[in-house]
Amino acid sequence: MSVGARFPKVDGAAKADGSGIYADDIAFPRMLHAKILRSPHANARIRGVDVSEALRLTGVVAALTGDELPAKYGVIPWTHDEQALATDHVRFVGDEVACIAATDERTAEEALKLVRVEYEVLRALLSPEDALAHPEIKVNEKAKIGNITKHVNLQFGDVDGAVARAAAVAHEQYEYAGSTHVPIEPHCAVARVDADGNLTVWSSTQIPHYLHRELSRVLGLPPAKVRVIQPLLGGAFGGKSDPFSLEFCVAKLALKTGRPVKILFTREEVFYAHRGRHPMKMDLTVALDEDGRIEAVDNKILIDGGAYASFGLVTAYYAGQLLTGPYRFGTYRFDSYRMYTNKPPCGPKRGHGSVQPRFAFEVALDEAAEKLRIDPIEVRRRNFIGEQVDTINGQRITSNGFLKCLEVVEQASGWRQRRGKLGPGRGLGVAGSMYITGTAYPVYPNEMPQSGVLVKLDRSGRVAIFSGASDIGQGVNTLLCQIAAEELHCDPRDVTVVAADTDLTPVDLGAYSSRVTFMVGLAAREACEKLAAKLHAAGGATFAEACQRAEAAEGAPLAATGGYRTQKLGGDYRGGTIGASPAYSFTAHVAEVWVDEETGIWKVERIWAAHDCGKALNPTLVEGQIEGSVYMGAAEAQMEEMVYDDKGLLFGPSLLDYRIPTSLDTPDLESYIVESNDPNGPYGAKEAGEGPLHPAIPAIANAIHDACGIRIRELPFYPQRVLKLLRARGTARERVA
Amino acid sequence: MRKTATIRLHVNGEEHALAVAVQRTLLEALRYDLMLTGSKQGCDKGDCGACTVLARPLGSRLQAAGFGRGEAILSCITLAADAQDLEITTIEGLATPSGLDPVQRAFADVGALQCGFCQPGMMLSARALLDKCAKPTLPQIQEALSGNLCRCTGYTKIYEAVEVAAGLRSPASRAPVASERAAASDSKAQAVQEIVP
Repeated sequence: MSVGARFPKVDGAAKADGSGIYADDIAFPRMLHAKILRSPHANARIRGVDVSEALRLTGVVAALTGDELPAKYGVIPWTHDEQALATDHVRFVGDEVACIAATDERTAEEALKLVRVEYEVLRALLSPEDALAHPEIKVNEKAKIGNITKHVNLQFGDVDGAVARAAAVAHEQYEYAGSTHVPIEPHCAVARVDADGNLTVWSSTQIPHYLHRELSRVLGLPPAKVRVIQPLLGGAFGGKSDPFSLEFCVAKLALKTGRPVKILFTREEVFYAHRGRHPMKMDLTVALDEDGRIEAVDNKILIDGGAYASFGLVTAYYAGQLLTGPYRFGTYRFDSYRMYTNKPPCGPKRGHGSVQPRFAFEVALDEAAEKLRIDPIEVRRRNFIGEQVDTINGQRITSNGFLKCLEVVEQASGWRQRRGKLGPGRGLGVAGSMYITGTAYPVYPNEMPQSGVLVKLDRSGRVAIFSGASDIGQGVNTLLCQIAAEELHCDPRDVTVVAADTDLTPVDLGAYSSRVTFMVGLAAREACEKLAAKLHAAGGATFAEACQRAEAAEGAPLAATGGYRTQKLGGDYRGGTIGASPAYSFTAHVAEVWVDEETGIWKVERIWAAHDCGKALNPTLVEGQIEGSVYMGAAEAQMEEMVYDDKGLLFGPSLLDYRIPTSLDTPDLESYIVESNDPNGPYGAKEAGEGPLHPAIPAIANAIHDACGIRIRELPFYPQRVLKLLRARGTARERVA
Repeated sequence: MRKTATIRLHVNGEEHALAVAVQRTLLEALRYDLMLTGSKQGCDKGDCGACTVLARPLGSRLQAAGFGRGEAILSCITLAADAQDLEITTIEGLATPSGLDPVQRAFADVGALQCGFCQPGMMLSARALLDKCAKPTLPQIQEALSGNLCRCTGYTKIYEAVEVAAGLRSPASRAPVASERAAASDSKAQAVQEIVP
């Protein structure tokens, strides 16, 4: 059995000895280096761009301005609102204006100083409230009404009536800060045009197929003349799932100069590229009946989107659509606005759109249960939605291991024995969550498979898998080898994976929405099953002999394809398909914290995380996904925030100022795998890469409450915020006394 | 005109003469002049640790005395010209003809590598620690790796890898998972390890 094994990653050795090739490790003779000039203003008209002086600098080879790449693009076809380089309007500090290619990077950078741009500075709208209040100022012309990227208002049942009848109501405001992905590898792209005019772009992207489409459209080249290759990728987390300016610029410059061109973002530029977690303000009501059953959930959500849409249309839906499990809701309503503002664009960070409302909801659930004196784990158990059920908004849940997740973290944390007995300033908190295993539909409507795999057998016994899927570190290439070994009974180390090359590999839509293991896994299994039948019929003492006999019987080389086809899923209403997924994962966390009540300094000591991934095709990889997710969630609770000044300038776009946890800041993480064996997943598998992030933040908030009685509703949980709440609590107590 | 300098670098046991701009960093010289692309650029400001290399005084007898390949330094904030009196070890120099260094082997075996981008620096910091302290405690490991940011793993499996490399635990000694079904996949893993040595 290969599936289910702790098989080491197939690219582990190449990553361990430094020989693995990432985008910036690619170099070609005569290669040029380009740099992008960025706007110093948050909102301004461009009156003119003059690159003539820059072009005169020795070593400068070419310059690019917006009018050479005017076509608008964006990952979602309905919201094409970005340009590689602005033609007439810059919308945030860091927006791209011009690009210079030179023989070396330093010369290109010096040349940027010689580009003359004339701006007419406009008033910037830096908060979603401002953006709502000033529809006459357009952040982005794509908005039909004012500055609204998307407004969603959905109601399921009589929410107001249910709130009126409830035994306990928690109604408060919550504020979730924006944060960013910080992959350790900065974005990088290299382009080359061959003698026949074919363009190849190597890019640190997690969406080679969507990038392929957008490059073709923006450059005006037939798609068959464009090739996208994703080399090893140094972390992404959603931050590389949009097409970015650098990819269009290297491509255009390569076409223009006939020479290979590279752009490597600086760390500062990675912060401007952003697409991170949307700041959200939420006005949330959770109402329980006397038994603690959830009778009503009502959420008003204001989303700060930044200057471009990115996946924002989806974000406005996900903020509401993904909250309806693992608990049964009696009634539900959400009203979300995703606003354009003059800041770097937000997008899909791990747990896209649903981490923020999950935080608010899990805190509110605790608070309402406390009024009824129901244990936090017990209230979650009582509201369990079950298996093979539809959520209130019409999402079909198949397998559901949430109760087991709760049980595991309850036992592992010693919840029953330890809670309330940890001493002053120490506490335990719990939270649960649900997440999609892939979004049901592709971002552009089509009838073709969402994922394709081609498997070829050689008479030597070598297996080659051609897969369009992006291994972004999560290990899908390793899973493909395991699936081949499982079905074909070959050694997984005798499998070659050719991945994420749009000329060579069948299309996969990309590494987003936790779709890869499920969809690529099913496609790979289907292809391998076809070949396994032929090998079985042929027989042979060894795998190679079986391949030879089967090839002889076939009279042609042995190969087979498999695909993942779109299933019709989702609620029967406008927007009902957004948030629909072929399977949902479930997670429960318990966090233990210590709070110094004198200073507000606090620490999360340990997080126990149990995740229902359906079936762990490789437990080591699943644990890695759980631990990385929990770390990233805890980091958002602890310290991460995108902070801007009153002119829209990002404060400290560096890893010194934007702090992410080091080994010394990261809590002890204990990951537990729960297997619910999904009936539709490959071998029962569901997602593991994003779901386990969600409960970390509310579990910590609930643990802080358990430790010292305060309810913190604003991220990050800075010590000064905790201290302020502690002081308010002290005053309230004195007043009561 | 920019000022250039001719410098000599000693990297992975080889000596190189290079003509570089005076402001060329050691990381740039390694990556772009010597094509030792295993050292990574994550921030170019000394914040992330992806560019970490090992360095010790040239001609030092420290290695013979059991002090290994030196201290972990940040090559992105070291000028190439200032590294001339150092013996540099990059990730490419860590393996020997007989195979990967135990640190590299352990990182690959226990799943400490996800995207792999921070790992060359991380592994070199781990090597520097183990050269000084063969059996480190967990707090010592955490302290030694605190200059290397990892965004994928939550560090958990990295600690495991360092402990495996130090011989403090075996790769298979992962704490058992609580769920019964997951325990079943552990036994399966055992079975596969027998098939795939």
